[in-house]
Amino acid sequence: MSAQNAKLPRWVDYGLIPLLNLTAALLVSGLVVLLIGENPLEAVYWLVQGSLGYSEGVGFTLYYTTNFIFTGLAVAVAAHAGMFNIGGEGQAYVGGLGVTLACLALDHYVPWYVTFPFALLGAVLFGAAWAAIPAYLQAKRGSHIVITTIMFNFISYSLMAYLLVEVFKQPGSMQPESRTFLEGGRLPFIHDVAGWFGIKMASSPLNLSFVVALLACVFVWALIWRTRLGYAIRTFGTNPDAAVYAGMNLSRIIIITMMISGGLAGLMALNEVMGAQNRLLLDYVTGYGFVGIAVALMGRSHPVGIIMASILFGMLYQGGAELAFEMPKITRDMIISIQGLVILFAGAMEHMFRPALVRIFTSRSDDLGQEA
Amino acid sequence: MRGGWNRREGLINGDFILHLDEQATARGGDGSGANGSGTGQSADVPAIRLVGIEKRFGPVFANRNIDLTVAKGSIHGIIGENGAGKSTLMSILYGFYQADSGDIYVNGKRQKIPDSQKAIAIGIGMVHQHFMLVENFSVLENVVLGVEGGALLGKGMDKARSELKRLAEEYDLRIDPEAIVEELPVGLQQRVEILKALYRGADILILDEPTGVLTPAEADHLFRILGQLRDQGKTILLITHKLREIMAITDRVSVMRRGEMVGSVHTAETSVEQLAEMMVGRHVLLNVEKTESKPGDEILSVEHLTVIDKRGVKRVKDVSFSVHAGEIVGIAGVSGNGQSELMEAVAGMITASNGTVRINGEAVDVTSKADALERRHRGMAHVPEDRHRTGLVTKFPARENMILGYQDQKKYGQGTFLDLGAILKETEEFMVDFDVRPPDPNLKAANFSGGNQQKLVLAREMERNPDILIVGQPTRGVDIGAIEFIHKRLIEMRDAGKAILLVSVELDEIRSLSDRILVMFDGTIVGERPAGASEQELGLMMAGIADTSGVADKAATPSADTVGAE
Repeated sequence: MSAQNAKLPRWVDYGLIPLLNLTAALLVSGLVVLLIGENPLEAVYWLVQGSLGYSEGVGFTLYYTTNFIFTGLAVAVAAHAGMFNIGGEGQAYVGGLGVTLACLALDHYVPWYVTFPFALLGAVLFGAAWAAIPAYLQAKRGSHIVITTIMFNFISYSLMAYLLVEVFKQPGSMQPESRTFLEGGRLPFIHDVAGWFGIKMASSPLNLSFVVALLACVFVWALIWRTRLGYAIRTFGTNPDAAVYAGMNLSRIIIITMMISGGLAGLMALNEVMGAQNRLLLDYVTGYGFVGIAVALMGRSHPVGIIMASILFGMLYQGGAELAFEMPKITRDMIISIQGLVILFAGAMEHMFRPALVRIFTSRSDDLGQEA
Repeated sequence: MRGGWNRREGLINGDFILHLDEQATARGGDGSGANGSGTGQSADVPAIRLVGIEKRFGPVFANRNIDLTVAKGSIHGIIGENGAGKSTLMSILYGFYQADSGDIYVNGKRQKIPDSQKAIAIGIGMVHQHFMLVENFSVLENVVLGVEGGALLGKGMDKARSELKRLAEEYDLRIDPEAIVEELPVGLQQRVEILKALYRGADILILDEPTGVLTPAEADHLFRILGQLRDQGKTILLITHKLREIMAITDRVSVMRRGEMVGSVHTAETSVEQLAEMMVGRHVLLNVEKTESKPGDEILSVEHLTVIDKRGVKRVKDVSFSVHAGEIVGIAGVSGNGQSELMEAVAGMITASNGTVRINGEAVDVTSKADALERRHRGMAHVPEDRHRTGLVTKFPARENMILGYQDQKKYGQGTFLDLGAILKETEEFMVDFDVRPPDPNLKAANFSGGNQQKLVLAREMERNPDILIVGQPTRGVDIGAIEFIHKRLIEMRDAGKAILLVSVELDEIRSLSDRILVMFDGTIVGERPAGASEQELGLMMAGIADTSGVADKAATPSADTVGAE
């Protein structure tokens, strides 16, 4: 038994360790801020103030959080089956196509709540379809999913650029984007919803997709830990030989899991396309798919962890923008490097503090008679 | 020495955990044993002396206060159940692990052994259970690997070639230096490992479970080599869990249990029963009691089964046999002769390229798809050879492992969702029935001991009341106490009129459980023998010799060379 596998209390594993990692990342970031001659405490203040300090900031933070939840869940579901889905970027991009088609087709005729289920279905189906091809290649041809999903990201960029320029662009417009949807193709903003109940909130792009994201978390939790399919996914992911022994159909697991993963990534388009922008834009995914990998890592592929990690990254996005505005010496690139440090400490070096903690927590409880 | 053993007997009986004060007694006894063997103390410095070695992994003591004295020019056995700490202790001696505390003396000099380089430098060589050879290199290249003696190979190779020749003559370790290792049978590969150690100037040789992959005849040959090495003044440490090997070859034997040294005895003054008792801490029944079998209908029939693996190698060649209700059919053979593939093809884990399998008279599709679930629906249960690799998902709790392979059954939930309550309840029942300890359905499978893990698998498969049970290596890595239990349950199942196909590389196990014995060699069934067949006869068959009509007592020896020559 190595220190890696030694048992720690749950609160240490899921609370203390992420907290320590985050603190370490912030300390190193603080050093960087010091190096350029700024006050790190002030930077932290603006980061927190900008993301949580006022109503509009909170709205923006949660709007980013929504994107991260979807892409994080997508990576997590695939990870439970032992697969590394790097294609969230492309799946989310293509998912937007499904949303757009539903909105363009229906927004003239019906209110948003009729369009909504179709848009949702469109996002899921298109995202799933985009993941299904690499999944099929993996299941039947043994092409590695990491390679194919990366390649499918690039294919999606080209495909969507082509469609935007050649199909969706409005005549006479120079912008490669679809027409703006009418009311019937727009998800209500949360501040509007609050307004219906007489609560006043500052306006922000936060929309009903946030609720969809939370429901998706419940869905993933139930799928992974409560269903037969989830059991098969986890068995295949942890021990593929045992899955063969149990008579599970591996090709089927690979394809279905990847389609669920792709569908979740596709849902991100609901937030961006139907919620925030109300039109299909070029390159609206801008890295959310990749950050989803860090989110899933940090959240230990558990929905609750993913929500927490998503909020953290939402804060970094929103608070980082404020920080760059308030302290001009801290540029946008610096913010990205701080995000990078968080990913480094929370993801790549997540076991750094573990051996020390194992020593602290096991020296107290000497129990003999266990097998080595 | 006899007295020393008796003194400790009281605490060994029925007491599983040694306490510190008793530990001190054990240490005292050990020390006196050491004095007994080395009479002239100045002349006979022990080759190895370990004092108070301790090693912890997290909260678990792998080695606790270990004292050990190994006399020069002797074969010293170290015996203990799985997880007793034998391998950890040897890893400390060979520099893989560092002891947390304690001293190592080699030839009377205190040594720190931070890595295996240092171990080699002070004359300790190790032959691992899993060979550390570059398979597509020649014997010579493997021997000089790491000690080439310069940037250019030529000179070092010439030196190695002549040195190999000398070693071969001196110790009867004949081998063709130009042969490619992967083309050699395992017995000879092991010889390369021994040569590697000797070439590096080893005076003390550690062998970790060396006979696990050998036929009885090959094992005999190994023992003769070890005897010669001892006669030439080498010191040999033999780690094993096979009591009979200890009795056959060692001068002294030290017994470990639960990370502690229980005692050291002269081999000549002890018995298999006594050693088993020391290992387990209580009296053990080594022989299985069973009545004559009453075979019924044919449950499983295998005809002309051929299995070709991914690399295109024929693993199972045109094998036919049948298993009837109420009998145990054992398949003996040295590991790697097609038994695993045979089992996996019959159980639906891999496809066969040819052949027919019938369960209860109905043909199963074995060639176009491998479907383990379908076999289970037809009343077959399967305890796989390797519980870690296939039989369990060790990261899952016991309750989730209890439905592995039966996850589609209605009683675990209608439709999409699993009925966690039903699974938990059944797991609790199974665990009580098979005496799994601790009976905690939420404990991860990895945290059970080997024996209890195996009981989990057996409970899962046997509680389904299958018509035919396929069992591979049912007691591999399982402690003696659990072996007794598992054997009893298998016999009970047979007596209840079930068919059992048993595959094991432990010849003792095959002989004591089986009603009929099939011997596999190189993918074919060499022959069938009744339950009473002698070990020698089966041993010959395991080496591929079908005609055992004139089993002479000396016949076992040349057979090893025959195998080697191929």
